[in-house]
Amino acid sequence: MTAHNHAHDGEDHHDLPAAARVRRLEERLIAAGLASDEEIDAYLARLYTSATPVNGARMAARAWTDPGYRELLINDGNAAAAQFGFGELGYRLRIVENTPETHNVIVCTLCSCYPVSLLGPSPGWYKSFAYRSRTVREPLSVLAEFGVALPEDVRISVWDSTSEARYMVLPARPAGTDGMTAAKLAELVTLNGLIGTALV
Amino acid sequence: MSYAVGDRVRARAGDPDHHTRLPRYVRGQAGQVVALLGDWALPDASAAGVTRKETCYAVRFAAADLFGSGDHSVTVDLWESYLDRA
Repeated sequence: MTAHNHAHDGEDHHDLPAAARVRRLEERLIAAGLASDEEIDAYLARLYTSATPVNGARMAARAWTDPGYRELLINDGNAAAAQFGFGELGYRLRIVENTPETHNVIVCTLCSCYPVSLLGPSPGWYKSFAYRSRTVREPLSVLAEFGVALPEDVRISVWDSTSEARYMVLPARPAGTDGMTAAKLAELVTLNGLIGTALV
Repeated sequence: MSYAVGDRVRARAGDPDHHTRLPRYVRGQAGQVVALLGDWALPDASAAGVTRKETCYAVRFAAADLFGSGDHSVTVDLWESYLDRA
């Protein structure tokens, strides 16, 4: 494994004790004959090529165009993900929907939990101490730094992913998109929109 | 003891001498159960090599209670043994 952990902006994860532990674990797995370097690389490559925010974006766009799917997505995220080929996520998927009254934002204060299969590798800032500590305490300021300005009567709901549940935000469908196909709508949805640090 | 959506619960206040996923900022604070998340291995037990499944709850706290200010809410997923009825 070499290429997957280089490109984070923000902190340099190479120097973290956890990175050293991961390298040590990989060496032990390989030495014990449980996995080869190539197998680990192939696993990571598979994860990092199939795991992209396009998956979450397609689910959001489908929810905007198909009321039955929206119901399913909100009530049983795993069943909704299975319809896009993600039947074995290994975690409980929960979708939190932005409404005219509520804006949702996700964080993991304890580490960096996040639905990787549906959102792709998490951004460096999502793992930063600043984002993790400040989002629960002062989300309005954090959102402002992301350029998100909410109307005064919108309440912010922060979701701290402390358990085996993973959260994804269903953004509100943008105005002026009537008649657009789900495929076109999916192109409007950003990774930050699915985390809650952008409106869409 | 198990809880239902709408129940008021309080996160345990102590500082355990073992691994836990009960964040410090909610310890001792009261909130409301907003969802049941199913049964999952308790991390505190897993860290000791024991698999012990417990019900997990999404518990919503008011930021003003946690931090003394803020109009927002923070929802934290907490295992049953992290909670007492409030």
